[in-house]
Amino acid sequence: MKKGIAYLLVLAMIVALLAGCGNAESSQEGEFKAGENGVVKVYNWGDYIDEEVIDMFEKETGIEVIYDLFENNEEMYPIIEAGGRVYDAVCPSDYMIEKMIQNGLLQEINMDNVPNIQYIGEMHMQGAGSFDPENTYAVPYTFGTVGIMYNTTMVGDDEVKSWNVLWDEKYSQSIVMYESVRDSLVPALRLLGYSLNTTDHAQLEEATQMLIDQKPLVYSYVMDQIKDLMINGEVALGVAYSGEVLAIQEQNPDISFCVPEEGSNYYMDAWVIPAKAENKENAEAWINFLCRPDIAKMNFEYITYSTPNEGAWELLDTSYLENKDVFPEADVVERCEVFRYLGEEMDQFYADLWKRVKSAR
Amino acid sequence: MGRKSFALPYVVWMIGFTIIPLAMIVFYGLTDNTGAFTLANVAEVMTAEHARALWLSVGLSVVSTLICLVLAYPLAMILKGISRNQNSLIVFIFILPMWMNSLLRTMAWQTILSNQGVLNAVLSFLGLPTVRIINTAGAIIFGMVYDFMPFMVLPIYNVLIKIGQDKVDAARDLGANGFQTFVRVIFPMSMPGVVSGITMVFVPAMTTFVISNLLGGGKILLIGNVIEQAFTSGSNWHLGSGLSLVLMVFIFISMAVLAKYDPEGSNVI
Repeated sequence: MKKGIAYLLVLAMIVALLAGCGNAESSQEGEFKAGENGVVKVYNWGDYIDEEVIDMFEKETGIEVIYDLFENNEEMYPIIEAGGRVYDAVCPSDYMIEKMIQNGLLQEINMDNVPNIQYIGEMHMQGAGSFDPENTYAVPYTFGTVGIMYNTTMVGDDEVKSWNVLWDEKYSQSIVMYESVRDSLVPALRLLGYSLNTTDHAQLEEATQMLIDQKPLVYSYVMDQIKDLMINGEVALGVAYSGEVLAIQEQNPDISFCVPEEGSNYYMDAWVIPAKAENKENAEAWINFLCRPDIAKMNFEYITYSTPNEGAWELLDTSYLENKDVFPEADVVERCEVFRYLGEEMDQFYADLWKRVKSAR
Repeated sequence: MGRKSFALPYVVWMIGFTIIPLAMIVFYGLTDNTGAFTLANVAEVMTAEHARALWLSVGLSVVSTLICLVLAYPLAMILKGISRNQNSLIVFIFILPMWMNSLLRTMAWQTILSNQGVLNAVLSFLGLPTVRIINTAGAIIFGMVYDFMPFMVLPIYNVLIKIGQDKVDAARDLGANGFQTFVRVIFPMSMPGVVSGITMVFVPAMTTFVISNLLGGGKILLIGNVIEQAFTSGSNWHLGSGLSLVLMVFIFISMAVLAKYDPEGSNVI
């Protein structure tokens, strides 16, 4: 996430809000003053909303938005757990939502207050079902797949149909991998035909050995830096989230994306309401607002992570919808698996495996 | 209200920002999730991955400290030899980059050393073969030497300028040649500076995780990285603290050596 920019935007937003308050009296009829109808405390990823949307929400509902950012799921979790800061609406990822449900940190959403959930595609509600079986805790916000991002001037389209290309010596020192154990294990586990959620130590060790064998070919293990490396042609290919593709293609049209045939990971970020929330109905109004097709469209165009909102699809430029990287076909999604929360002990085991890869020669 | 009360802010500072954090590291390092006493976190350093990271850190730090010493000593001698006005300018130029954040400077090296970077562009322009240095141990040593060099030059220089010309003259009078004067008079007298320089380069090199992350591409795991990851993505504070305690042993050894050679700490900048 472009955090620095995100902070600046938040700052700019606050300034704009303050300025907005000043001349609220002159605002048109039918508009509310922010705060008139209480507040909603929102906790979201950095750079994960079109700031304009917050403004619109406040004007339309009179609910003031108190907006905070987190960088990753692991940072968000202890804050919700400790309850020192109370939030009404949070947007974690799939496996983290499952962990929060298991540990009783969430409450069910009253879907009667979120009628716009009808716009969320059936396929994605089912996808959310893997971590929220009754679809009662979470409202999908964005989704994507993990695949191979590659530079078409260096790598052929046919080669990336299999994860095997990541072990091709031809691309020695031109492969970039995520500094994240579960994402990095996706190719190995899929090539071996194992589940991405396996808890079998032998299977995981086998996959880890593949990563150790691959290490001499790897250029680097990074997160956000992959964008720069791909854009300026320092590397030829790498594992990447589909949500990053549009932004990268804008700067380097030679970059393409493919979900290999062995299958991959399908991820989803969704809105949930913490058990300790103080403004539940306002949170439901917020979530409902984000599910409105025109709002979902605005957010998609800003953050470029695919929206599961089919109502928004009708409003989108067809070039986006035809982009299979952004909106994968059903058969691609079917080949993919959602990450599950595997428990604290497995988290530790995964961390140890990653250390083994990182310390290998 | 005596003069002692002036010390109060510093006492609060030291307790708040040194003693308490240290006590917390000791506490976390010697307990497990349930709060029971254990040495397991400290013993973790014996596992293959951690031991390798630790020895790799020691190895890279020793190499970069030696390189710093070899480069810094002659520079300090040159600075001593030239007139006061000129050398303050040179020292100034040398310290100037330290005004810039070292993270930014290290990131700049990342761009310069990368395969499509400035260095290789220049090499290929000159018709020379390009080099692959980014994301190797060599790049990390390079980064350490670059970042920590001033910490070696300044203490040595500070000691050297205090050695009076009369000592050198006396040695020459008594029949020592230039080489003997250096080996038997100047160098032994400069030992406090050399030792504090070594300490000030070795300790930060030993504990760094930023340089290895940026110039090592995450492919080379140093003990600093292990600790950093234990606290962040691993969210295992007990392990991170236990390994920090092990690392502290190395720092205490360095400080003991420093205290022996430079008891007044007069040459540490």
